[in-house]
Amino acid sequence: MYAYDELDRTLINERVSEFRDQVKRRLSGELTEDEFKILRLQNGVYLQLHAYMFRVAIPYGTLSSKQLRRLAHVARRYDRGYGHFTTRQNIQFNWIKLAELPDALSDLAEVGIHAMQTSGNNMRNVTSDQWAGVAPGEIEDPRIWSELIRQHTTLHPEFSFLPRKFKIAITAAEHDRAAIKIHDIGLRLHKNGDGETGFEVLVGGGLGRTPFIAKTIKPFVPGRDILSYIEAILRVYNQYGRRDNIYKARIKILVHELGIEKFAKEVEEEWKAMGDVGLTLDHAAIEEVRSRFSYPAYEKLPHMPDELKQAAHDPLFERWRKNSVSAHKVQGYSIVTLSLKPVGGPPGDATAEQMDAVADLADKYSFGEIRVGHEQNLALPHVAKRDLPLLFKALDRLGLATPNVNLVTDIIACPGLDYCSLANARSIPIAQELTRRFANHDTADLIGRLHINISGCINACGHHHVGHIGILGVEKNGEEFYQITIGGRADENAQLGTLIGPAVPYAEVADVIEDIVEAYLALRDRPEELFVDTVKRLGVEPIRERVYATR
Amino acid sequence: MPLVKQGRITTDLFVHVADGAELPGDGAVLVTAERFLADPEALLRRPGKLGVLWPNNRSLDDLVPHLDRLASVALVFPTFRDGRAYSQARLLRERYGYDGELRATGQILRDQFVFMTRAGFDAFEVKKDADADAFAQTMKRYSVFYQPTGDGRVTALNRRMQLRHSESAGQ
Amino acid sequence: MTSPLEQKKIRITGPSMVTANRTWDGAVVYRTAKQGWSTELSDSAIVTTSDEARALLAEATADDVGAVGPYIAPVELKDGGKVKPGNLREHIRAKGVTIDLQVPA
Repeated sequence: MYAYDELDRTLINERVSEFRDQVKRRLSGELTEDEFKILRLQNGVYLQLHAYMFRVAIPYGTLSSKQLRRLAHVARRYDRGYGHFTTRQNIQFNWIKLAELPDALSDLAEVGIHAMQTSGNNMRNVTSDQWAGVAPGEIEDPRIWSELIRQHTTLHPEFSFLPRKFKIAITAAEHDRAAIKIHDIGLRLHKNGDGETGFEVLVGGGLGRTPFIAKTIKPFVPGRDILSYIEAILRVYNQYGRRDNIYKARIKILVHELGIEKFAKEVEEEWKAMGDVGLTLDHAAIEEVRSRFSYPAYEKLPHMPDELKQAAHDPLFERWRKNSVSAHKVQGYSIVTLSLKPVGGPPGDATAEQMDAVADLADKYSFGEIRVGHEQNLALPHVAKRDLPLLFKALDRLGLATPNVNLVTDIIACPGLDYCSLANARSIPIAQELTRRFANHDTADLIGRLHINISGCINACGHHHVGHIGILGVEKNGEEFYQITIGGRADENAQLGTLIGPAVPYAEVADVIEDIVEAYLALRDRPEELFVDTVKRLGVEPIRERVYATR
Repeated sequence: MPLVKQGRITTDLFVHVADGAELPGDGAVLVTAERFLADPEALLRRPGKLGVLWPNNRSLDDLVPHLDRLASVALVFPTFRDGRAYSQARLLRERYGYDGELRATGQILRDQFVFMTRAGFDAFEVKKDADADAFAQTMKRYSVFYQPTGDGRVTALNRRMQLRHSESAGQ
Repeated sequence: MTSPLEQKKIRITGPSMVTANRTWDGAVVYRTAKQGWSTELSDSAIVTTSDEARALLAEATADDVGAVGPYIAPVELKDGGKVKPGNLREHIRAKGVTIDLQVPA
């Protein structure tokens, strides 16, 4: 956990008080909507179909139980009793009143939560691996760097009005759970030949209308230089990024138009020209931030406690354990993923009651800590293995033990036309129908790892391009249609999916997806070959033939 | 449109002179980059202070050689969402050592004052009277700053390190 | 369901109204014939020509303090004068989300 000090707290309170003044000026007419829009966006406030939507940051996906309870309080007091966890370690509330927003922000500020820069053309929430600090084999805890970058880019005097939004993600593990290759800047922590810790810096990833996988701009930037290097990238982008067309304003377009070599050269020249501007992180500075992350006092526990051996006779427990429980770096402990993808439920939603209950379970079983991942699930990062059977029972009662993590019903979906003013088509009902079609856990296990991602429009908040199966809602003559891609992935081997055929109407989407899965089961060369590997081996054609032969 | 300088609403001594318009015989003038670059020497010889209005999409390279003879550089915010001039301001102050008046012009609202001041601006052509009136108050909104810039404000990290230092020295 | 953000040229092909979100709470509101806003679609001023639509939108847009982002949207007029939303987007705005929020146990 990162503990805010007095300075962090003061800054958040100052921001809340400024926003309170801005809201007041808006409601009195002193600020026009045109002027206010940017100010509210910089504080995470959108206007959606039904109401204002409020997006709160969960930096690097780490929450304390106290913070989660406060999010539950906001859901209950200012909203309709639930929240939606997003693909970027944020939570959204859908029904907030503008006049009450300053109070909601103020309540959150008391526990060190903010909504600064969760929207707008500035640096967004710096995200990371939801298993940071507990994943086996990690180089080091990436959240220390996330926090250093978070601070540096919060209310940055030069980069608060960039051409477009800007997202950074960091990973320190071999397997990328932070989807760094679809970010404006992706940072992979690693050690160079001399054993020095630094970053491979990738730039220009992003989805939306023109999707790109990020390219490496520099294979190794020492940790101490990462802030100045990011500053150089941002300065080049701020000056040269396109501002004439909102769809061409992301850094990916600049990188694409200049070419990665030319862009890298510009950044390198700027970085050299900067000289020493006080951004070099010396050992003491890094340790200062590191010292404010606290880690649990783990017990020395057996690898295989009796409680676990006994519970192994319960097939429901075993199914859940095999699916949702992952290896921890400390013996005797596990990382437990809490599926927010119940059969028939809206993906990523949690009720205030669930949030409160998870906070209680975190206190009881996970040293008061909760994590949020980009797959829109929660995790308890430090669960003693002996507690797993009791935790399972508690989670099951809450509807948070669906054994579908990374399986076909663990669907990533944006809010779609049910909430979003940009959407062309609905996402959530499609996801709900798919979870019903694949509700049988034996079938889902048989299918194996399969990520379905759904976006309700080309802005791609549901990351459809990088879903093993991607579903994109479009509009044709006032009707909802869906384009389906296969073969995408968001991990270290990130890849954009390929269109499998013509768009299909709303009512046929689930049938087509079932047929695609059927085709995969028939075509895979062995049960262990994952969907995405079969597509890679065979290409799209054999699957297309089977799916569209009868259509 | 009120001008805020050194934290106070002041009379603007500079006259914006449009391209093609005749220059007044004396007194301070602000001219466009194009007019300035067409004949910098003639303009600099003229009695009265000279300022240049520099567009936010033009490299500073042509401006830099003249900086020490200019009384004002005005940078442009065509809309307040266009933040290119923040980078120009920091470069002028921090890299090229410009210490004359650095003026923000365009859509300037109170909500940018802190950012602009931190980037090096010290004069503001403010759009609304109420915002100009609120300048001093607005500048007091923030007491914590995460980034080092040329304005010399102590960063949060520096304050933490000082605190650590004094704590360990006191032991 | 073209986003109203992209609504540039005003040309309507059937009965339409002007809708927006109320500034202080974001609620869905409809422009009435009495130059005010109502949360009831049935209170909305219905226009049938592009000129009328343009005029209604201009008047609604002028009330920047009252409501945010006004735009023209289609309605269906049922027998007996009942007004229905003219597309799925407006249906969702009028009636709420189409999904069951209750997670089945």
